[in-house]
Amino acid sequence: MTVLLAATAAALFAIGTYLVLQRKLSRIIIGIGLMTHGANVLLITSGRRGDAPIIGESNSLSDPLPQALALTAIVITFAVTTLLLALAYRSWLLTHDDEVEDDVGDRAVARGLPLAEDEENTLTTSSTSRDSAP
Amino acid sequence: MLVILAAFAVAGLLLVVLGRRLGPAAFLVAAIVPAISVVWTCAQLGAVSNGEVLSEHTSWVGGLGLSLDFRLDAMAATMTLIVSGIGVLTLVYASRYFTADTPDLGRLAGLLVLFAGAMVGVVQADHLLVLYTCWEITSVTSYLLIGNRYTDANARAAALQALLITGAGGLAMLGGFVLLGHSAGTYRLSELAAKVPTSGPTITIALVLVLLGAFTKSAQYPFHAWLPAAMAAPTPVSAYLHSAAMVKAGVYLVARLSPIFAGAAVWRPSVLAVGIVTMVVGGLRALRQQDLKLLLAFGTVSQLGFMMVLFGAGTPAMTTAGWILLVAHAMFKAALFMVVGILDRATGTRDLRYLPALDRRWRWVEVATVISVASMAGLPLALGFIAKEATYEALIDRPFAGSAFVAAVVVSGSMLTVAYAIRFWWGAFVAPRRRVKTHLTAVATPAPGLLFVGPALCLAAASIVLGVALALADRLGTAAVRSLDPSAAPVHLALWHGLSAPLALSAITVAGGLILAITDRSIQRVLLVGSTLPKGEAVYLSLLRAVGATSRRVTGIVQNGSLPIYSGVILATAAILPTATMLQKWHWPGWPSIGALDDAPIAAALVVSALGAASIRRRFSAALFLGATGYAMAGLFVVYGAPDLALTQVTVETLSTVVFVLVLRRLPDRFERQSSLQRRAVRLGIAGIVGVSVFVFAIVAAASRTATPVSEEMISRSVPDGHGRNVVNVILVDFRGLDTLGEITVLAAASIGAVALARVGHRAAAERGERDAPRPAVDHTASSSHTVVPRIVFVDVSVQVIFHVVLMASLWLLFAGHNQPGGGFVGGLLAGSAFALRYIAGGMAEVRRHARFRPWTVLGAGLLLAAAMAAFPIVRGGAVLDVASKSVTLPAFGTIAMSTAIVFDIGVYLTVVGVVLMAFEAFGDEREEVRA
Repeated sequence: MTVLLAATAAALFAIGTYLVLQRKLSRIIIGIGLMTHGANVLLITSGRRGDAPIIGESNSLSDPLPQALALTAIVITFAVTTLLLALAYRSWLLTHDDEVEDDVGDRAVARGLPLAEDEENTLTTSSTSRDSAP
Repeated sequence: MLVILAAFAVAGLLLVVLGRRLGPAAFLVAAIVPAISVVWTCAQLGAVSNGEVLSEHTSWVGGLGLSLDFRLDAMAATMTLIVSGIGVLTLVYASRYFTADTPDLGRLAGLLVLFAGAMVGVVQADHLLVLYTCWEITSVTSYLLIGNRYTDANARAAALQALLITGAGGLAMLGGFVLLGHSAGTYRLSELAAKVPTSGPTITIALVLVLLGAFTKSAQYPFHAWLPAAMAAPTPVSAYLHSAAMVKAGVYLVARLSPIFAGAAVWRPSVLAVGIVTMVVGGLRALRQQDLKLLLAFGTVSQLGFMMVLFGAGTPAMTTAGWILLVAHAMFKAALFMVVGILDRATGTRDLRYLPALDRRWRWVEVATVISVASMAGLPLALGFIAKEATYEALIDRPFAGSAFVAAVVVSGSMLTVAYAIRFWWGAFVAPRRRVKTHLTAVATPAPGLLFVGPALCLAAASIVLGVALALADRLGTAAVRSLDPSAAPVHLALWHGLSAPLALSAITVAGGLILAITDRSIQRVLLVGSTLPKGEAVYLSLLRAVGATSRRVTGIVQNGSLPIYSGVILATAAILPTATMLQKWHWPGWPSIGALDDAPIAAALVVSALGAASIRRRFSAALFLGATGYAMAGLFVVYGAPDLALTQVTVETLSTVVFVLVLRRLPDRFERQSSLQRRAVRLGIAGIVGVSVFVFAIVAAASRTATPVSEEMISRSVPDGHGRNVVNVILVDFRGLDTLGEITVLAAASIGAVALARVGHRAAAERGERDAPRPAVDHTASSSHTVVPRIVFVDVSVQVIFHVVLMASLWLLFAGHNQPGGGFVGGLLAGSAFALRYIAGGMAEVRRHARFRPWTVLGAGLLLAAAMAAFPIVRGGAVLDVASKSVTLPAFGTIAMSTAIVFDIGVYLTVVGVVLMAFEAFGDEREEVRA
């Protein structure tokens, strides 16, 4: 690990975070891609630097384990990106946009609006007076 | 005991499922199991009365120390007899109470049997957690029984109230049980006394929690409100659950624990205070009721408070009095409930202002009433009298501090009992006859049949027989007290204590009660003040509303529906928490080297392209910048000595760009909405926090390594064990092969999800009709219309040539990957790129023609092959993913060790090809016509 690469990873994470916090799905996807790159930088730099880990070719091999981890991470990111793009694609087909709007029901709760099914009715009916005047 | 409990459960469930056809006869069938329980318990009475204890122990989950422990001592036998005996009588009574046209009688009968079984379980359990489980079953069956008329909103609300209150108490009790069991080292009730410490903060908290459970279950103030509300249940249910059986569970628990914890500072004051308040307030409320059933319900609340006082004191004499009151109350209260049910059925009302006069054919009902009322009021000869005498006898000795005050309250509470007992009898039988004399409105009400009155008469008879022939009860009672408290000196019961102080107190009680009853009119005026006080129901409802409002407000804040806020909170937490932990044990390892000069261009490329991806306002360009970042990553992998990674990254980046283009061509070219400055500042803030924490983490973590990397061993074992020289590949397909299997499963799942999402979107868009169909955002792509794309000969020919070369190369990477850079992942991605070329040349049709198989077939075959290879060694008796190998010389590849790992890698290869094909399936254009 060097200061240069630590800073690079940090930059990738920070820029990725900035993008993930937006509402456009395509930006979010790009943000996640950048964060994955940052994670891979961290992974690969956690091991020793050296020649390709092929036995018999060199005496100073690089660390193969982080590479195996990063390799599967790269491929999985591809699959995840496909899935997220499918979300964006669907969102566009349905709304002509890939913006993630606030959930309507949740906003209603936050603003204190009544819900469609108000369960309180079933709770309050028991308040019939049990004490009748003499 | 376990056999009988199982019989309860089986019979109950069978009746719920099959009892529909039996009609009211279902109750008679249901009475069989409780009857067996009565007979069995009676057979054990001799032994139990001599102080013997039957116990059963069945191990359940040994590792957790959970076992099914039951024991039958005199106290448990008493309760079992009450529960089963009154159960039998109630069920017989119910068979006449309900008419054949009542719906769901089988369900009702089955639930009653289930409840009876659970209640027997509560009293026979010798394990705190078994007791808790049975306790909660009684709560649930009570909920279902109260809400029996589920079309009635009031019944449902009452049922919910009972469940919420007793359920909350039950949860608190569970917490108390765990604390008790933990500090005693045993969950066995019978061992608790010897092992548990009786003081200390843990025990205090535990006892408060357990008492909360007991108080809610036995309807003590201020948790009593559910019991009067529960009168919405059919009368047989009220007679059984809400007078004789379930509400006694809390009293029973207090009786069990009192001898152990009476010395604890929290126990006696809280039980006595709650009991006293409950007794008096319940009695006052009972005096105000016009509805006979509610009168009995508040009377039950009052009597339960009385029992709490007696058992909570923990002295042998008081406990003896409590035991006799427990038995007496079960009998007279169940009988009186039954009488109310009979009156209600025959006359259509239970309001004591409107009940009609009843003729001589009703005399047996009145006999049962008078005897039971006498027992309730504590008049001589009845069992209730013995209970009251024993109480006064015990209190006169002043066994503990404040007992004089307790005695005074008990006497006045008992006066109230006498008064409402008279009110019941007077209102039900005497007052109507007097009204007849003045108004001449006699109604010929048909008298109830034998099976209808019989149960109530039986109980009334028992109240007298046990009161007179006291010796029968005395032996069991003495044994029961000793089973609760082995050190107790026997306190014998007596009908006649001589002309003593207790008798005088009894006389005062009855006289006071009579005065209260006679001056009813002025008393009612005084009692009216009580209706202005806040009631338990009101407290319950406002509490419920407050909980609802609070949870709404919390939901509004926590679940605000905004994705950016969710991700912001998650990311900030993920950054701040570990950093805070790191700061607690802060150790700065010192700055590492600045970095190699070789890395500088790569790092610069990474950061610049990432900034580009973030700041540019065109979608395509942003995706291309992301691709550029990926290629820069590949460069980093090269300098770090990771050729496998570099290869993978390059192919993935190529494919990703293709997929991005496929999707983004549909979306608007630019990001339109600019967000406010404030929001951007927040975003920048969180991004900064994340960045800084990653930076600090990277430097500190890298310098903190103390152990040798495990990969050293992997390198040394790669050739001998894994038969491969490419260590990365050996790790993937051999050492950590199971992880890889998991990962390709994720790949498969994600790509199936992508195809499904895209198709659902297609369908939804198609349903909205052609007129409204989405227009392509960028005209020159001309994709979603029927426009025909001309085929470019140059591209076409190049692809024809390149396709097979690339496929061959991918196979070479796959097979050589075990010894040289390559492997299933890279090979699969490269093959996928070959199909991408086909798509570019001729669209989906071209991809389908050359893939031969459907994408999901390839995907599934790959996953299946890998899984089969992983599992195959098990068949041969080895471990998962054991590798067998053999050296083979192939012309193109040289000598390679053909191990089973290569088959696993083929599975990986196929899965990855499948994932790429699935991506085209999801986003590729169906309607794109291709012109030759």
